Amino acid sequence: MAGKTLYDKLFEQHLVRMNEDGSALIYIDRQVLHEVTSPQAFEGLRIAGRQPWRIDANIATPDHNVPTTERSGGVEEIVDPVSKIQVKTLDENCDDFGILEFKMNDQRQGIVHVMAPEQGAILPGVTAVCGDSHTATLGALGALAHGIGTSEVEHVLATQCLITKKMKNMLVRVDGELGIGVTPKDVILHIIGVIGTAGGTGYAIEFGGDVFRNMTMEGRMTVSNMAIEAGARVGLVAVDQTTIDYVEGRPFAPKGEQWDAAVTAWQDLVSDADAEFDAVVEINAADIEPQVTWGTSPEMVVGVSELVPNPSNEADPVKVDGIERALKYMGLEADQKITDIQLDRVFIGSCTNSRIEDLRDAAKVVEGRKVAGNIIQALVVPGSGLVKEQAEAEGLDKIFTEAGLEWREPGCSMCLAMNPDKLGAGEHCASTSNRNFEGRQGFGGRTHLVSPAMAAAAAIAGHFVDVREMVKA
Amino acid sequence: MKKFNQHSGIAVPLDRANVDTDMIIPKQFLKSIKRSGFGPNLFDELRYLDEGLPDQDCSGRPVNEEFVLNLPRYNGASVLLARENFGCGSSREHAPWALDDYGFRSVIAPSFAEIFYNNCFKNGLLPIVLSEAEVDQLFTEVAANEGYELTIDLERQVVVTPSGAEMSFEIDDFRKHCLQNGLDDIGLTLQHADDIRAYEEKARAASPWLFDAIR
Ligand code: SF4
Repeated sequence: MAGKTLYDKLFEQHLVRMNEDGSALIYIDRQVLHEVTSPQAFEGLRIAGRQPWRIDANIATPDHNVPTTERSGGVEEIVDPVSKIQVKTLDENCDDFGILEFKMNDQRQGIVHVMAPEQGAILPGVTAVCGDSHTATLGALGALAHGIGTSEVEHVLATQCLITKKMKNMLVRVDGELGIGVTPKDVILHIIGVIGTAGGTGYAIEFGGDVFRNMTMEGRMTVSNMAIEAGARVGLVAVDQTTIDYVEGRPFAPKGEQWDAAVTAWQDLVSDADAEFDAVVEINAADIEPQVTWGTSPEMVVGVSELVPNPSNEADPVKVDGIERALKYMGLEADQKITDIQLDRVFIGSCTNSRIEDLRDAAKVVEGRKVAGNIIQALVVPGSGLVKEQAEAEGLDKIFTEAGLEWREPGCSMCLAMNPDKLGAGEHCASTSNRNFEGRQGFGGRTHLVSPAMAAAAAIAGHFVDVREMVKA
Repeated sequence: MKKFNQHSGIAVPLDRANVDTDMIIPKQFLKSIKRSGFGPNLFDELRYLDEGLPDQDCSGRPVNEEFVLNLPRYNGASVLLARENFGCGSSREHAPWALDDYGFRSVIAPSFAEIFYNNCFKNGLLPIVLSEAEVDQLFTEVAANEGYELTIDLERQVVVTPSGAEMSFEIDDFRKHCLQNGLDDIGLTLQHADDIRAYEEKARAASPWLFDAIR
C-alpha cells in the first residue's frame, strides 16, 4: 500500500466521523476570528441560544478595517462609523463569550494570519480555520488550515467541528537554488503563473523540494498564503527543524515535558517517501526571476525582464479576450517593457508580506536612498504590533521614513482598502499583497503584485526595476 | 433556514463568466454586522452608475438601465441564470446573503467556485449545475420569451422549462435532505455530540498541549 501524504495524515488524525452522505466531520483545534466575518456568526449563536463548544480553541483580533494611522484614541475615534461598529462588535462578542482577543491597541494585535503563528496559537499538526481565504498561510507550519464562510465560523464555534470533503493531493516541487534577489513571493507568483488560478482547485497543495526546505518560516508563510490564488484552499509545508525552532518559546506553544512530547509527535508530519500525489508539478528554481503581475489576476504574471504579453501571440480566444480586457483596465500596451511601467503608489504589507523579514528585505533596498518624486505615497504597514516593535528595535522605521516611506500601525490596510488606505482610479501600485483583481485596492486602482524588495526598488525608481541590479549597485 | 422543495419563478440571464463575489457584493458592504439587508446592493457596481456606500438609501441612485437585473421584464426574478465559475474570489458569505435578500432562490450555472457553492446551501439557496449546452439553451430561451419561468423540483432533481422539458441535476443526498427540511448544519452535527466528545478525550490524551492553552 502506498504511503500517506501529509494532508492525508492531518485529515485522518482529525476525523470525528464520516457522515452518511460521504462528507466528513473533522475536529478543529483552532479558530481565529476577526471583525468582518464573525459578527453574523455570533448573532447566529445568540439567536439559537447556543454557547461556544470550547472557548480555549479560539483567538481573535481586529485587522481588516482598523486605521493604520495614529490611533491612540482607541476604537471610539475610528472615523468611519461602520468600521467602528465592526471593531466594537468584535470586542463585545469576545467579552460576552469569554474569547481571548487582542484588541486594536494591544501590542499583540495584527493581521490574523500574522498574529496567530506569532503567538504560537497555531502549532504543527493542528487543524485551523478562519473566516478568511488566506488562512492557507498557516499550512506553512504543517497545519491543516483553510478559509471558511461565516456559517462555518458559527458551526465551528458551536460544535468545534467542520463538515468537509477530502481534497485531492498535489505536490509542487521546486528544486535547485534561488538566485540573489529572488524571494519566496517570486516563487509563489511564478508557481501561479505556471499552474494558473484554477490549477489547484480541489487540491491540497504541498510545497516540497530544496527551495522550501531552505526557506525560513516567514518565507514559507508567504508561499502558503497564496495557495488560494492558485485555486487551492490548503497550502502545506512539511515539518522540519526550521518549523520546530520557529514555534519554540512562543506564548501559546507547549512548554517543558509537553514540548518534548509535542516535538516527538511532530516528527511524523511529513509525507511518506512512497506517498502518491494525484498531481505533481516540478519547477526549476533557476528559472525563477523577480516577478511582476501586469494584469487583473495573479496568474497574469511575468519576470521583470520580460514584456507585457501581446494578445496576438495567443491562439485561445478566451485568453485573448482576458488579456485585452486586462490591458485596458490596467492602462498598459502589449509588448511594453515591465520596467517602463510608471507607478503612483507603493504598498508594503498584508498577510503575504508584512513579517519582519519582509520589512528587512525592503529596508535593505531603500536604505540611504529617496522615494522617487512621482510616487504619491509609499506605505509600510507591519503585520502586527510585535513585528512593528521588532522593526523599530532594528531601526527599520527610521530607514523607511528617511527614504520617504510612511511607517504605519498594523492591519490589513491597502491590501483590500476597507480602511481609508486606498488607490485612486487609474493609479498604478506596486503592492506586496496577494490579489490584483479589478478595484481590489480601491475603485479603478491598478495593482501590480511583487515582492517587498521589488516594491521597495520600485518606490525608489518610480517605475519597476530589476531589484537584482539595485542590490549589485 | 428556509425550506426548499419546489420553486417556480422568473429567470434572469447574467451572461458573464467568472462572476466573482466582489461583483456580487462589493467589499464596502461587508462592514455590516447583520445577515440581512444586502439585496439593494447585490451587483452594486453593475446595477448603479455611482459608487455605492454602506447604509445608503439606494432608491434615489442613478441606475444602469442596461444591466439585466434592471430590465423591467425581469422584475421579481428568483432564478439566476449564470455562466461558468460563478462565485469565484473571496469567501464572503455575504454573496449568498445578498442573492437571497434580493429574492433569488436558485442559481443555475455550468460550474461554481467551491466555497460559494458550499455557502449557498447554508442559506437555503440552491445552486444547480447543468451542462454547458443546457445552460446555453436556457439563455437562448429566456432571451426569446418575456416572462420566462423555470420550475425547480428538488425532490425529482429537475429543472422544468415552460415547454415542459426537464433537465436533471445532481445534488448530494445530505444537502438535499437539509434543504428540504430546512435543517441547519449545527443542529445536525450536535446530534453527534458523543462522537465529538469521544474524539476530544482521545486527542487530550495524545496531545494535551492543544487544550487549555489559549485563555
Ligand atoms: S492582509 Fe489582505 S488578504 Fe490578508 S487577511 Fe487582510 S485583507 Fe485578507
